[in-house]
Amino acid sequence: MKQQSLENLTRGIIRENPIFVMMLGMCPTLGVTTSAINGVGMGTATLFTLILSNFMISLVKNIIPETVRIPCYIVIIASFVTIIDLLMQAYLPELHLALGIYIPLIVVNCIILGRAEAFASKNSVLQSIYDGIGMGCGFLLALTLLGSLRELLGNGTLFGWDLFGEHITPMLIFIMPPGAFLALAAIILTVNKLRRNRQ
Amino acid sequence: MIKNKKTKKVSSSLINMGLALLITCTLSALSLGWVEELTADSIKKNSYLKELAAISSVVNEFNNNPYEEKMTITTPNKRHKLDLFPIRKDGVINSFAIKTYSNNGFGGRIEMIVGFYIDGAIKSFAITQHKETPGLGSKINDDKFKQQFNGYNPQKGIFKVRQDGGDIDAVTGATISSRAVIKAIQRAVDAFNNFYQTGVKDETTES
Repeated sequence: MKQQSLENLTRGIIRENPIFVMMLGMCPTLGVTTSAINGVGMGTATLFTLILSNFMISLVKNIIPETVRIPCYIVIIASFVTIIDLLMQAYLPELHLALGIYIPLIVVNCIILGRAEAFASKNSVLQSIYDGIGMGCGFLLALTLLGSLRELLGNGTLFGWDLFGEHITPMLIFIMPPGAFLALAAIILTVNKLRRNRQ
Repeated sequence: MIKNKKTKKVSSSLINMGLALLITCTLSALSLGWVEELTADSIKKNSYLKELAAISSVVNEFNNNPYEEKMTITTPNKRHKLDLFPIRKDGVINSFAIKTYSNNGFGGRIEMIVGFYIDGAIKSFAITQHKETPGLGSKINDDKFKQQFNGYNPQKGIFKVRQDGGDIDAVTGATISSRAVIKAIQRAVDAFNNFYQTGVKDETTES
């Protein structure tokens, strides 16, 4: 049992990382990661939503009729996202300014619904929370990594710190949408290579 | 569809489906209402503080409350309503701020507050809301771009970006964003002139 909990907790971080391995939730991944701090913010917001929605859905899994489970899950997820949105607006206005338009996108992020459907609707409350934490951390890690890479290459800064000074012109394309695909491809390539070497 | 044998599934009859949806929606509506009420004051205060900070950053030193004398001015064609904030130090108007916007940014709407000296020259501006590309269009908020506006009088020169034959250097790679900034400021200037010519003329002479 303990083994299982640990497994659920750590699985999402590297081995079944939602972005690099399962390729879920590409829309926010490619859209928001123009800077490292945006990646951290979006990842954190998704982490909280994932834990809360996994918790709630595993709690009500036995009282929701099977046919209407998806609408119910969506309503639950959307409520949590709106609550997080309002709380951020009230208490973290700076972060909300940067992430504003992406927050509602969490509702349609397929990681959330995917984990609800594939894990939380079949497992106990505690295990679902573990899974939410693991997957959320994996997503946060992936977004931070991608955001850092794009910010570093495209703007010459990391978390707002200027690393190269004035004389190096950064490759602007990495900040723009095509750069997201290039950077993501490069990271997935590296991750796959590392995973293959370990086997 | 995922079938699982460990947990028993509730059968789906019309009644319990309806009930489940009804209860889920009711609970979610209640919790949303509660959180909305809880955060409404903070959110309002935040947007007020943000705007006040933006005003302070673009005008001369002041000690009045710009919100108390807020006026609504319109552009000559009466289509756009802007807010005008007179700025006073010890009762004397020394500058004014106008809240303006443009919908022609690269990412849509750009909202900003422009500060003017009393003779109509620009002091500075602060972008309060934009969706421009980070690292490109977002540089319209950098001091390097803003500096050239300080002391510039839009009525005395050609108030356009250099590509269009004007006096303003656009942000590299973000001509559209730069044009939008100029358009928003131009709108504020037009509205103020309209207000100055048709409206209350004792605005500046009285104090």
